[in-house]
Amino acid sequence: MRLLEFQAKELFREYGINLLPSKASTTIEQGRIHAKELGYPFVIKIQVPVGGRGKAGGIQKCQNDDEFELKYPQVLALTIKGEKARAILLEKMADIKKELYLSIFLNRSKRCYTIIASSEGGVEIESVKNQIIKEIGMGDVKEEIAREVAKEMGLDGKTANDFVDTLKKLSKLTIEKEAELVEINPLAIMQDDSLMALDGKFVTDDNSNFRHPEMDKYQEKSEIEERAEKSGFSLVELDGDIAVVGNGAGLVMSTLDMLSDNGGKPACFLDVGGGATTESVYEALTLISQMKKIKGILVNLYGGIVKTTVVAEAFLKAYENGIIDLPVFSRLKGTESEKAKEMLKDSRTKIFDSVEEAINAAVMGIKN
Amino acid sequence: MTEIFDILKGKPEDSDYKKKGVIVQGITGAYGSLHARNMMDYGTNVVAGVTPGKGGQKFDGKVPIYNTVKEAVDATGAKISIVYVPAKFFLGAAKDALEAGIKLLVAIPEHVPVRDTLEIIEMAKQKDAIIIGPNTPGIMIPDLIKVGIMPPTPFTEGKIAVLSKSGTLLYEISDALTQAGFGQSITIGVGGDPVNGTRMIDAFDMVKDIPDLEGMVVVGEIGGDSEEILAQRIIDSGFKKPIVAYIAGRAAPKEKRMGHAGAIVMGTYGSAESKVSMFNKANIPVAKRPAEVPVLLAGKMEKSV
Repeated sequence: MRLLEFQAKELFREYGINLLPSKASTTIEQGRIHAKELGYPFVIKIQVPVGGRGKAGGIQKCQNDDEFELKYPQVLALTIKGEKARAILLEKMADIKKELYLSIFLNRSKRCYTIIASSEGGVEIESVKNQIIKEIGMGDVKEEIAREVAKEMGLDGKTANDFVDTLKKLSKLTIEKEAELVEINPLAIMQDDSLMALDGKFVTDDNSNFRHPEMDKYQEKSEIEERAEKSGFSLVELDGDIAVVGNGAGLVMSTLDMLSDNGGKPACFLDVGGGATTESVYEALTLISQMKKIKGILVNLYGGIVKTTVVAEAFLKAYENGIIDLPVFSRLKGTESEKAKEMLKDSRTKIFDSVEEAINAAVMGIKN
Repeated sequence: MTEIFDILKGKPEDSDYKKKGVIVQGITGAYGSLHARNMMDYGTNVVAGVTPGKGGQKFDGKVPIYNTVKEAVDATGAKISIVYVPAKFFLGAAKDALEAGIKLLVAIPEHVPVRDTLEIIEMAKQKDAIIIGPNTPGIMIPDLIKVGIMPPTPFTEGKIAVLSKSGTLLYEISDALTQAGFGQSITIGVGGDPVNGTRMIDAFDMVKDIPDLEGMVVVGEIGGDSEEILAQRIIDSGFKKPIVAYIAGRAAPKEKRMGHAGAIVMGTYGSAESKVSMFNKANIPVAKRPAEVPVLLAGKMEKSV
């Protein structure tokens, strides 16, 4: 899970990383109170769990009440890369000399944590020049390593000391919270040569959530996502009109790809897990019935040892109980598929031998 | 013969040649017991189970259960263990196995915290052990030994190595290969987590020198850069046998985790385009659909003859 900027900054503050005064709100009434407390000038920043906020107009300078009344509602109403504003952060304007880049991330191919730092920050990581990259094992940054990085960045005096301090705190935060990525970009050098974290990005390892109940408050899940999780499903909601259900993440991704190649628009990615049973498929259909805009369901199950008749039962039960009233296009690999087809011949579920046929039928069926 | 075959199959002079013992950790759980039976049905020599607190009992009246892996290893001499415990208990179970001298540890559980995986990888390095997974379907030599959860039907003995991040795609594609007459010499589930005990390149190194290997199939997916690194290794190694790849997740949105913890594109890092272009650079065709894999492989084979 990716935290919002103000949530990442809450953690930064807890670990003693330098920050400008800031306040998060969800309504303009709250915002007005914060504006008074902070005093002008400040920056209005949209809180969304994606990058590219600045380019999309989600970060606005604000000098006075008139500007505030105009810009706060504008920023709050923005949608960036499909993400609506979760909150608005008002943050004091900074008088800065230079922007640096600093992050610690889980290096998947090296299988260890790694520092990336640069004296040329403030742009997206892909564009950060002169990157200094250091592998740091399980994430612990020792004083001498931090000094080395500061030196390579050309920092000295108070700035270098502040940098070493910031990097050590950042590594403590990364280890203790089991983060996949913690990034400060920009890390600004102020007029007095001190350092200040102007932005914060924090991605958790969700698999370690059970060890971090203190992070529960940052969890953001829709009702449908929560139900999916309870059933042990993985669900990603998408923009299209054909729900895609299957067993195994790879197989469902593959089905999504083939559907898109054929002009279909997936409405969701729903992985019911490695096995497939009457219950799991029935629960998946129940979940899908609660999504909007769906015109059909594409099911791709590789059963191996699963009897397709067992899955066919789930479809019949779902129609019988009025859970779904949608056409289902299904490819079921497993035994007894002839019998399953017979069971479903009078229903709105069609069984196909190959996933390609099921996809073609789904795309055609939805159009008509 | 490479090391992985020594462990899974053994050498003709071994007294347990082609019937290497396997320990099942978590054998009394619902999942562990189901798959222990499936493995035995497949012909895998399950010699012991481990469930703390249940030592002294027998599984299905025949497989002795021990409280620790150490006891199981002392009694059986097994070098292979498969772990079916819930993710929270994986770290303890895996340490138990490595300390007992297990040389091949197959880590089935999904949702293992990355920090635990890192710790186990570090320990495995010191103990000179191989970790497969976590979040893997396992490893198998078709028609000889299955240490995993894969259904038996898709696989048949042969000369193609299949490496896959995904479980069900491994079954799907092996099934298509089998139908097309391409049996498999070994299949390795690398796993769907961001950090894998055996990476794609490690798996490649394990299988590339199999003497009668005729080709390789790589089933990747979005996230990370293990496919790119593998492609570079293939170029550098001068490996000449036919390889075909498949990459799942071309249509997935960015910054969304697609089921697997590791299946996430950050910016351009982990994108399908990046992987496909590296495979193209290595002259490895990338199938658009699972069903296309055997077709491309047959094409490659014809050219290489």
